[in-house]
Amino acid sequence: MAERLMPEPTPESAEFWAGLRRRELRIQRCRACERWYFYPRPFCPRCWSTDVQWRTASGRATLESYVVCYRPAPGFEDCVPYVIAVVTLAEGPRMMSNIVASGVDAGTPPEHIPQLLPAGLPLEVDFGKRGIGTGAALELPLFRPGTPRAQGADR
Amino acid sequence: MSDSRAMRRAAAIVGAAETARVDVQPDRSELSLHAEAALAALADAGLSPADVDGLATAGPRPSQIAEYLGIVPRWVDGTAVGGCSFLVHVGHAAAAIAAGYASTVLITHGESGRSRVGVERRVPSPATPWGQFEMPYGVYGPPTMFSLPVVRHMARYGSTEEQFAAVAVATRRWAALNPKATMRTPISVEDVLTSRLIAWPLRLLNCCLVTDAGGAVVVVGGERARDFPRPPVWLLGRGEAVAHQNVSQMADFSGSEAYRVAGGEAFRMAGVGPAEIDHAMLYDAFTHTPVYMLEALGFVEPGDGGPFFAEMRTAPGGELPVNTNGGGLSHTHTGMYGMFAIVESVVQLRGDGGARQIEGVELSLAHGAGGMFAAGATLILTNQP
Ligand SMILES: [Zn+2]
Repeated sequence: MAERLMPEPTPESAEFWAGLRRRELRIQRCRACERWYFYPRPFCPRCWSTDVQWRTASGRATLESYVVCYRPAPGFEDCVPYVIAVVTLAEGPRMMSNIVASGVDAGTPPEHIPQLLPAGLPLEVDFGKRGIGTGAALELPLFRPGTPRAQGADR
Repeated sequence: MSDSRAMRRAAAIVGAAETARVDVQPDRSELSLHAEAALAALADAGLSPADVDGLATAGPRPSQIAEYLGIVPRWVDGTAVGGCSFLVHVGHAAAAIAAGYASTVLITHGESGRSRVGVERRVPSPATPWGQFEMPYGVYGPPTMFSLPVVRHMARYGSTEEQFAAVAVATRRWAALNPKATMRTPISVEDVLTSRLIAWPLRLLNCCLVTDAGGAVVVVGGERARDFPRPPVWLLGRGEAVAHQNVSQMADFSGSEAYRVAGGEAFRMAGVGPAEIDHAMLYDAFTHTPVYMLEALGFVEPGDGGPFFAEMRTAPGGELPVNTNGGGLSHTHTGMYGMFAIVESVVQLRGDGGARQIEGVELSLAHGAGGMFAAGATLILTNQP
């Protein structure tokens, strides 16, 4: 089995990766326009202010779109099929992730997938490790089907 | 301030060719595919490499192609935004020719996409935004990234797997009329829906071919268009746009901003609308890309693209012939397919289409995609002076 590649943080993204080791989803928020954004950069990509701060996101999200991957990337041979998704965080930004505990497995007839994973499905973050090889040690922000919760984000 | 409308017919395509074969060629290197196409396009224009003073390409660097062909162009464009790069180059070439930077521009494509012979290796970079924020989730090539938005299109508009399958069926009907097409056996919607799962909602027959081939075009000033052996094809409108790099950063998964901006620019420059287009080449890397393009370019309202294909309105005999060479789905798809879309527009405007020729084509639109909905480029071409 092929070994997967490890993502490499840059100085601008170090806090995101450090947060994951504490099982916190750290993303940035612009103090000037009060919008959150992802991925990390030293300015707001909407109003270009440099008055930005790191905050911990609520971990709540909805399912924007996805594919169910039947041909694994190197290092993902043990979890076929797996769901590659883009989720919309409750705070607004989008990020790519995997959906875990989705109910979709190798025996799931494809025509059942839309019922198991409808677009807009509420999700919550579930930190975990993915893949085989050195990268498997890395904590990633994965998402599982959840219920919308009353408590708000850290805003 | 300049207005692009002043550039209508300022440039013309006077040479166009594909490699003799466009399927699988394990006996050919990538550079030799470039060269075969380049020499064929120049011969089509009655020219030799010595006449070329401008060069544009994507894939290998322009310097590599110049060295291989033995030329020293005085203008060069290596814009590389994916499969639509060559459509971008045509627009850039028109501007360069108008500015006097070059007079005869050669645009080449060659790619050993299937056999990977003589290909420069590009390694994934784990520190880029893609390496940090997409790669870790097991994305694996375009089938897992270019297709990520489709479920959102289905949710918003009710488009269906059957409708996307119909794109492959209609395109295969055109391929059956093209003796050069790689896949010519008719297929049904059922065939598509029962083909092997790749990345649901994508199955094998929703995906383009992967082939070894090349193509090239020669662009000159519009006023010289009639000085060449073959019927001229003038550039009436062009547009280009880049919207993002990583698909997870696409603003709206139900429609493509890059395609909208590129198409809008091209129609504005050309001074025509979608209803006037007689023939369209809509880059079909997957069955969903022509659906997004039909909507983004304004041929139909957003959400109406799927039904349009399902009703076979793009197939032979339909009101808007689309991808008449058989497209990336059935003719050829090396990886950066855009060049083949341009060449087929030229074929149709010259009346060279043989069994697939459309009666009375005066306006042809070619639209290319780059990356994962990242870039778009549109050309509107005409045989009318
Ligand atoms: Zn801001």
